[in-house]
Amino acid sequence: MLSANLSAMFYLISGVLFILALRGLSSPETSRQGNFFGILGMAIAVTVTFLSIGNFSTGFVIVLIFLLIGGLIGAFIAYKIPMTAMPELVAGFHSLVGLAAVFVAIAAFLNPEAFNLGSPGNIKLGSLIEMSIGAAVGAITFSGSIIAFLKLQGIMSGSPITFKGQHPLNALILISIIVITYLLCSTQSSNLFWILLIISFLIGFLLIIPIGGADMPVVISMLNSYSGWAAAGIGFTLENTALIITGALVGSSGAILSYIMCKGMNRSFFNVILGGFGATEQSNSAENKEQRPVKSGNADDAAFLMKNASSVIIVPGYGMAVAQAQHALREMVDTLKKNDIKVSYAIHPVAGRMPGHMNVLLAEANVPYDEVFELEEINNDFANADVAFVIGANDVTNPVAKTDPQSPIYGMPVLDVEKCKSVLFVKRSLSPGYAGIDNDLFYQENTLMLFADAKKMTEDITKNL
Amino acid sequence: MEIDPFIFRLSIFILSIFIGYYVVWSVTPSLHTPLMSVTNAISSVIIVGAIIAGLAGNSDIIFNTSSIFGFLAISLAAVNIFGGFLVTQRMLAMYKKKKKDK
Repeated sequence: MLSANLSAMFYLISGVLFILALRGLSSPETSRQGNFFGILGMAIAVTVTFLSIGNFSTGFVIVLIFLLIGGLIGAFIAYKIPMTAMPELVAGFHSLVGLAAVFVAIAAFLNPEAFNLGSPGNIKLGSLIEMSIGAAVGAITFSGSIIAFLKLQGIMSGSPITFKGQHPLNALILISIIVITYLLCSTQSSNLFWILLIISFLIGFLLIIPIGGADMPVVISMLNSYSGWAAAGIGFTLENTALIITGALVGSSGAILSYIMCKGMNRSFFNVILGGFGATEQSNSAENKEQRPVKSGNADDAAFLMKNASSVIIVPGYGMAVAQAQHALREMVDTLKKNDIKVSYAIHPVAGRMPGHMNVLLAEANVPYDEVFELEEINNDFANADVAFVIGANDVTNPVAKTDPQSPIYGMPVLDVEKCKSVLFVKRSLSPGYAGIDNDLFYQENTLMLFADAKKMTEDITKNL
Repeated sequence: MEIDPFIFRLSIFILSIFIGYYVVWSVTPSLHTPLMSVTNAISSVIIVGAIIAGLAGNSDIIFNTSSIFGFLAISLAAVNIFGGFLVTQRMLAMYKKKKKDK
């Protein structure tokens, strides 16, 4: 049996290894080593926990069985999951962290002796507060992530669900969570503990339903952050350094990602969280919809334009993920490169349904990461490029964001696609994007619309090259 | 007067938030998806608490309400740990540089 001090040292080591795991992600070369540090940190934490308890009886075998079941399921999912489903997977995983936090809090509440927290009905005040926070945040993470998962999977409509009195109701529930936590700490009543959990589940659900599909990058990052704070809350309860460090790391990581995503849309965090972006603006665009002339073309025209170009910039978006067009796209690019055409990719921060979504898909299709650029890196190059190939992106290319102060997306950083000599825009129809506004790019002199499924169109262009 | 150990844990917590802040800002945006999956995996270190709960029952009563929640939490966290690290590894293996011979 390991002494408490020695195991605390090992937990500290695994906390440091987790920091190194995140540090590794600063570049793709060091990232694989970083992941290894993460695995090592986890292995140390789990082993130390077993050794410090020192109970290797029947219970130990049962723990291993449950560990193995979960591990096998996790490994199976990790190998089977297609890269396009990554946002759903991450949302699903967040819900599991949340639920695990809730379960650990319940276990600690029912059997505080096991954690040295006092006895049932007489739990140390500090521990009870920490436990309640961990459980409440965990429950919010769980139900919120379930909604995010259902929206991303398409099982639940991606459009915002709003109703009258939504915000007062949410505010009321949040206040009651605080009141119940206070009462729970003064009375130690287990009924209050269960009520706290139930209303926390409820508020997680209510917080996410008004947020629309394309705001999911913010939601997923936010839930990522919550899962971290939940872990930290439990870490305080268990007086475990590894959990506290990890919780803080994950919490701030998710918060930073949400901030980056909000900035990519030029919206405040509260604006996104209060929801209903798409719902409020859609009516507006329907009114002033006038027929404007559009130039449309076919794969042959597109191939002709690209063949005569010397540089092409590709702008992928969520539509590419939906159409699973990343492999077809890379084949097209290979053909272009054979003709000595310079090709690069431009990625908007909020392209796709989660941070970095497009980069993973392109990496999956064997696109080297040094051909893929962020908005600030590539935006000046559009003016010198011959062709911009927009595949599955929409709002992030809309020049209205720079020109029309009345527009709901005014001020959002956009890719300067319209500065290219010619723009090829692959899209199924002229329907507006998520923000519910018309894209001025469609009607520009130098834009050629390619109305087709992204994958099929890309394949056809390759044939014609 | 002695300092409450809580203060030490709080110090670790606050300092870790700052470490997280600087470390995450240095993560390249193209790796933001692996960042999310790996943070997912490491936050499942909560399994530590689940194991303590699961092993708390004595050998006569292995299954009581508390330990059952512990066992379930072990499985949930294990899905995340294995799933999270493996899917991160799978993603990171795909990030390749341009081949020199091209």
